[in-house]
Amino acid sequence: MSLLSIKNLSVTFGTGENPFRAVDRLSYDVNAGEVLGIVGESGSGKSVSSLALMGLIDFPGKVSADELAFEGKKLLAMKEKERRKITGDEIAMIFQDPMTALNPCFTVGNQIMEAIAVHQGGSKKERKAKAIELLRQVGIPAPETRISAYPHQLSGGMSQRVMIAMAIACDPKLLIADEPTTALDVTIQAQIIDLLLELQRKKNMGLILITHDLALVAEAADRVVVMYAGQVVESGPAEEVFHNPSHPYTEALMKSLPESSEGKDRLDALPGVVPGANDRPNGCLLNPRCPYATDQCRAQEPELTEQGNRSVRCFFPLTNREDAA
Amino acid sequence: MTEAKVTSASPSPLAEFWFYFKQNKGAVIGLCYVTFIVVLALLANVLAPYSPTEQFREFILVPPGTEGFLLGTDGVGRDILSRLMYGARLSLLIGLIIVLISLAMGICLGLFAGYFGGLIDTSIMRISDILQSLPALLLAIALVAVLGPSLMNACFALSLVYLPHYIRLTRASVLAEKNRDYVVSSRVAGANSFRLMFITILPNCLAPLIVQATLGFSNAILDMAALGFLGLGAQPPSPEWGTMLATAREFIQSAWWVVTFPGLAILTTVLAFNLMGDGLRDALDPKLKQ
Amino acid sequence: MSVQESKTIMQGTHLKQHYEVSQGFFKPKGLVKAVDGVSFTVQAGKTLAIVGESGCGKSTLARQLTMIETPTEGELSFEGSNLLTLSAEEKRKARQRIQIIFQNPYGSLNPRKKIGHILEEPLKINSDMSAAERKERALYLLEKVGLKTEHYDRYPHMFSGGQRQRIAIARGLMMNPKVVVADEPVSALDVSVQAQVLNLMMDLQQELDLAYVFISHDLSVVEHIADEVMVMYLGLVVEQGPAEKIFANPQHPYTRALLSSTPRIDPEHRIEKIRLEGELPSPLNPPSGCAFHGRCPYANERCKGERPQLLETPNGTLARCYGVEEDRLDYLQAVLA
Repeated sequence: MSLLSIKNLSVTFGTGENPFRAVDRLSYDVNAGEVLGIVGESGSGKSVSSLALMGLIDFPGKVSADELAFEGKKLLAMKEKERRKITGDEIAMIFQDPMTALNPCFTVGNQIMEAIAVHQGGSKKERKAKAIELLRQVGIPAPETRISAYPHQLSGGMSQRVMIAMAIACDPKLLIADEPTTALDVTIQAQIIDLLLELQRKKNMGLILITHDLALVAEAADRVVVMYAGQVVESGPAEEVFHNPSHPYTEALMKSLPESSEGKDRLDALPGVVPGANDRPNGCLLNPRCPYATDQCRAQEPELTEQGNRSVRCFFPLTNREDAA
Repeated sequence: MTEAKVTSASPSPLAEFWFYFKQNKGAVIGLCYVTFIVVLALLANVLAPYSPTEQFREFILVPPGTEGFLLGTDGVGRDILSRLMYGARLSLLIGLIIVLISLAMGICLGLFAGYFGGLIDTSIMRISDILQSLPALLLAIALVAVLGPSLMNACFALSLVYLPHYIRLTRASVLAEKNRDYVVSSRVAGANSFRLMFITILPNCLAPLIVQATLGFSNAILDMAALGFLGLGAQPPSPEWGTMLATAREFIQSAWWVVTFPGLAILTTVLAFNLMGDGLRDALDPKLKQ
Repeated sequence: MSVQESKTIMQGTHLKQHYEVSQGFFKPKGLVKAVDGVSFTVQAGKTLAIVGESGCGKSTLARQLTMIETPTEGELSFEGSNLLTLSAEEKRKARQRIQIIFQNPYGSLNPRKKIGHILEEPLKINSDMSAAERKERALYLLEKVGLKTEHYDRYPHMFSGGQRQRIAIARGLMMNPKVVVADEPVSALDVSVQAQVLNLMMDLQQELDLAYVFISHDLSVVEHIADEVMVMYLGLVVEQGPAEKIFANPQHPYTRALLSSTPRIDPEHRIEKIRLEGELPSPLNPPSGCAFHGRCPYANERCKGERPQLLETPNGTLARCYGVEEDRLDYLQAVLA
């Protein structure tokens, strides 16, 4: 049984004839000890989907799903209180900007100890010892003194380590990291990703890594989900997807990286932008930007179809085409 | 269909402003009332049944609705409705003058303080601190006492009293905007300080100032009424709301209408301006939009 | 290389920017050396990339080049004349030929002005063109950067990030500049849009013979666009040279660490990781000796005590490292073997 199982999760905003589907029938599974990468550009719904999972979508957003189960327990059918217990204890989340995710009025130790108190309790002394231990685990030098530091005294990388310490404070089974390194420098990014992967292996956690950086996912993730305008367009084992992309969008994203155009003057840029709330096209959402689009793509919306361990939402998957050719 | 939507997805700033403004029902009511008062004031000479200063000696302290006086008459037999209409003229004009003077001076001083910084900033801000450390009405009274009681002097005194608010507000927004990239790129384009201050930065600081000015309008009317009540503002027989209140205080026990109607006029107008100011803040402050 | 190709258009010599920072009432003032003796040349029609992490001084350098800040020391020449000693009028003229593009396309356009006004502002200030001529030029450049002429009357908030960056580029080109300083121009953009903007910048470079000073932390982008690369750390240049040489065989351990930290899709592009310990030291209190020694896996006693000089390496680049001088870095020996 997978750790987290999502089937047809949708998040809609607005009512009437044309509600905006920020996330449209999203499905994926995460197993214990697995790193799942969710990649997409801004507006692809990758962050909204994880907020929905945590129960953080406020009115007027509406969340619906055929299945949203954590270790077989159905999250949507639960009472608010029970659900919060699970999302707090067993699923933890790290956000993009560590500088604003910490409360500037309290010391780092205070905030970690509070996280421990809510979920595990224990005497003040025990909590402090645990907090120091956590800071040591995330590689903060001199944790005994750093515990009484205020967030503004820490650099971005250190703050993100503190956020990770808070996230793993109650030994979650699943960790969601939403753009955890976007605000950080490359060398610090490498440190943080190493740390996340190391903790994930040590604790056999499931890790969902949400990012816009394809290369980061290619290096870190076991499986990958590519999202475009609220939909999954492709998913599968990271190595296979990046070695041999099946959806035109995945291919285009990879080609538009400077790394893929070595020795060439121009990059293979995908024209246009991700459609917003008001200008989603008919048929396949990618069709105005897709170099392979046909009349069928403009009229009909393709379904996500499984092919072995991979799925793709395209009438003419690239992998099939190459086989034929 | 999608094409049409793409182009309509870009409303003009005015349309966008109206969209957010009309979400606030209180603000729309406020706006309607203010418009109503402004129309009354502008057309006072057409709409008012009598002259505001004409004394009907045989109809002293007539209660509302009798003898053709809709809101009654005051202690010397003047029609209260007419006086209120002409009074609206004066009160609104006073509010406008005070707000305009303090806004204009406040913007200039605030821009200088925020943009140049250093000694200019310190001296402007310390002076405004001193102004602010005195009780507002007391300062106005002192100024009027020195300059002599008249409407223009009262306006000037009140403008000076409100000045620090506008200076502070402008300076704060200028400091926030000054180092934004668009200002730097104007500088790279060769814009001089004057252009940067008034053409590049100022339009981006206007939103909170407009809100403050609207709220200041009601303050100005209120404080002018207080000065009038103390006999330091408009001099009789000018029909100003505060002065009307002041001259009516001897009739509080005997003729309620003489006090009530000017009081109500002040109350509702100030309320309407405040409601409108709230709506403006909602509509102009981008932080409150989603 | 032909003579025309290697024409130097801008040159900085030992540029320094030091700031005094007050650290509280009774403490002595601290000195931050944001840029500490940087020299470089920009060739006409070529791209010089300045690479480094936040706090390395690359943005300060950009502000010096565009004359937003005056260097505390050093010389900066543009088309042969020293920018720092020019008269106000000459400075104003030179300024028109050096333009800047900012990182954040949401902050760099005045939200209260129409696109047309934003584009025409430099002309309004610096030229006596008529309104019709100005509009003509604005429309011409709007099309040049891939926007439509009807966008002339719109406000910035109606555009996406990529479109705004195109507008910022168009504004930079209004005065026919020779040098464009681009401070992280694509790092706020989505991957697919980033490629569009990079393509546009390269097209414009070819067509208008522009020189770019391209500031970035993203090495994969730099590798694609740069001719010359300068890697900075804590206000100092640690490695400098032709792009292909630096990317093929980085000499300085910091360059190597930056390269290996940049994620790559293709496993063949990945190089052996050098993971740096710790973080950038405080610029108020920089380490003794080599500024990098605290994080460098190859540092020895000499690195802690003395400051290395920027010297030529066997690779044909300049590097500031005793490890390279003494030829004791294993990755370099591995290449030779």
